[in-house]
Amino acid sequence: MKAYARELAVAATILLVLALLATTTHGFFTVDNLSDLFLANVPVLIVSLGMTLIILTGQIDISVGSVFAVCSIVTGVAARAGLPVLVAMLIASVVGALLGSFNGALVAWMRMPSIVVTLASMVAIRDGLRWQTQGAWVGDLPGSFQRFGLSQTIYTVLMLVIAALLVVVFIVGLRYFRGGRNIFATGSNEAAARILGIDTNRVLFSVFAITGLLTGFSAALNAVRFNQIPSNSGIGLELKTIAAVAVGGATITGGSGTIAGTVLGVVLLGIIGPALTFLGVSAYWERAIQGLIILAAVSVNVLSHYRRRQVSHA
Amino acid sequence: MQNVSSNSAPPLAIAAKSLTKSYAGVRALRSGSLELLPGEVHALIGENGAGKSTLTKIITGAIQPDSGELEIFGQRITENDPNRSRSLGVAAIYQQPAIFPHLTVAENICMPLEREKSSITVDWRSRKQRAKELIQSIGANIDPDRLAGTLSMAEQQVVEIAKAIGAKARILLMDEPTALLSERETEKLFALVKRLRSEGVAIIYISHRLEEILTLADRITVLRDGETIACCNACDVDRAKLIELMVGRSIESVFPKRSVVPGEVAIEVKGLNNPEVGLHDISFSVRKGEIFGLAGLVGSGRTELARTLFGITPVHTTITLHGRKITIGSPAQAIANGLGYLPEDRRQHGVILDMSIASNITLASLNEVAKRGLLDSTLEQSVAEGYRTSLRIKAPATDTVAGALSGGNQQKVALARWLAIKPGIMILDEPTQGVDVGSKSEIHELIVEFAERGMAVILISSELPEVLGMSDRIGIFHNGTIVATLNREEATQQKVMSLAFGHEVEA
Repeated sequence: MKAYARELAVAATILLVLALLATTTHGFFTVDNLSDLFLANVPVLIVSLGMTLIILTGQIDISVGSVFAVCSIVTGVAARAGLPVLVAMLIASVVGALLGSFNGALVAWMRMPSIVVTLASMVAIRDGLRWQTQGAWVGDLPGSFQRFGLSQTIYTVLMLVIAALLVVVFIVGLRYFRGGRNIFATGSNEAAARILGIDTNRVLFSVFAITGLLTGFSAALNAVRFNQIPSNSGIGLELKTIAAVAVGGATITGGSGTIAGTVLGVVLLGIIGPALTFLGVSAYWERAIQGLIILAAVSVNVLSHYRRRQVSHA
Repeated sequence: MQNVSSNSAPPLAIAAKSLTKSYAGVRALRSGSLELLPGEVHALIGENGAGKSTLTKIITGAIQPDSGELEIFGQRITENDPNRSRSLGVAAIYQQPAIFPHLTVAENICMPLEREKSSITVDWRSRKQRAKELIQSIGANIDPDRLAGTLSMAEQQVVEIAKAIGAKARILLMDEPTALLSERETEKLFALVKRLRSEGVAIIYISHRLEEILTLADRITVLRDGETIACCNACDVDRAKLIELMVGRSIESVFPKRSVVPGEVAIEVKGLNNPEVGLHDISFSVRKGEIFGLAGLVGSGRTELARTLFGITPVHTTITLHGRKITIGSPAQAIANGLGYLPEDRRQHGVILDMSIASNITLASLNEVAKRGLLDSTLEQSVAEGYRTSLRIKAPATDTVAGALSGGNQQKVALARWLAIKPGIMILDEPTQGVDVGSKSEIHELIVEFAERGMAVILISSELPEVLGMSDRIGIFHNGTIVATLNREEATQQKVMSLAFGHEVEA
């Protein structure tokens, strides 16, 4: 079970937090609270799946928050123009995929560092959007738009099903498909991967494109929760997703990490804020404690890596 | 001459006695000895892997010896490290100068000198002045304001030397300093070396160019198989004698070579040029079942040829594979055409340390264990298990992470990966480098088995006995081309070495 030590450690921490909440507070384990909490974290979860792939290849994408904002607005504008909500979602997904592909192309074929490329995208997209919308929210949405015209309960169940399906697809894809193997190989040792005939440029391009697609898709899923769409959504999404991947045990330099770890990371970081509120700790501590969790997780990574180095050199 | 000790002889700059060093069970240095006098140019020669760099690393304090004695200027050194050896006046200059390309010449020269100073501010004017003086003191002329990255290789070396002199170096270690220099630049460097010598600096000079050594050096120490074999005056020896000293070894017959009747020509290369990596006019052919050895010095073009054939540094020249003319533009194409390539640097280009043994083995042949992209992990495990048994990979299970294995077993995993693509032609680049003795002979046995199964094997090795013992024919590289091809019967260590050093061999 040593192989899943990280996943077990994160799961144990989650259980600890939940146990603490169960014994000392009331109201956390209500259906309403849990489903709110879940819905608020669906975008983080879905985007984190893509972010895991990017980090596995040793890259990073900090533009996901801005892409998310654009795609949210695109969904709303398309729906207001009278397009069916599913078509609006499709358009948002395509826009997300295109923006991701743009980043990916620069990283893969132009060999530009991903942190610089996506930093530029992040700023350009966010400010472009602000200029275009003048900060105005998109309202006047058709009645069929909100929650696809579904009841709150059915919408929540639908989100659960979609999230679960995506998680399964990514676990299976990474573990049992060539593409997944190529991602690990590229991130672990790109020079070696090339000698093996792996087109590492295509791998890099693909992970950014996939993440863009997921970001657009999750933006659309999230947009339908409200009857107005803010033009500044998705702020901080990049931090939340990168943090979740790191807490889940992926090494930031690429080559190792799991989807299960990422999902647990999303859960842990997702419940920590509300848990503090319920435990009566000032909400101002939330970010500080999240930061500590990330630091702890990354330290454990570095230490275990260090120990492995020592062993293999002996 | 000043003399601190009570002995009448001047103190030696360096006295190294019976130094030993092993890496992971491999003896890199068995008995390294060296006596260096102040004011002499002392050449250090030996084949690839003879222990030159291990010995020099011990002197510079980059590594610690396992046993033996080291004295620098009469001081017994027990715990050496780079700072200590620097403070004793040791400085090293490598083939690739270790400069900061984005900083100016003045900064490059003065930065290490200022580290001892307590001031935290930088005095730009005095820094520039200091650099200028140092450059002039060695008779060179370089603007201290230029960015070091814009200098030629020769000028960068001058900067390195100025830096060493500024640090009051009394022992200067030069490792292949002329390898990248033109003839004129070399002459200038020699003049500088002689000037330093006349000022009493002790110089250790490592080079593969024997003519250079014979004209420049006062004395020559020869290393062979990690042992100091001889120390002679340069005027007493000639090239032939030096080559004999370097290779004169009698370990034969430990190779499991079995003769295989060669089949049809598997690969034929005619007039291949790849100027970008320094290859020109290369022609050879290898038959099925044949082991074709490639000998030569490090950097003579052997690895570059392997990388070109495998499409990593592709050229448009056509090569003939099993009678078909093709060009190979990428590793994927090479693999599709039945080529396998075990790269030289196992850690950098070979096994993927984060991945399991099984994933490593199937990585180049995922189609074999996948249906429509979906991997069949049971099949994958059984394929990997098959190789684990047949190659005797010592690991608890096939899902063990490759990084946890010993060097020899990692190499076997890398080999298994290429066997899994069932190649017709296998290129092995230093397959036994850094591998323990046991795994080494097992790998030799495997190579023979490949040939018996009809594979054409191209074996690159810097270890002469290995090339001679394993190959049916040997191509000898010198300066980017194959200068001669010898049959197994006619190849001797002396002949191969002479050719590798660029000398003609009378038939």
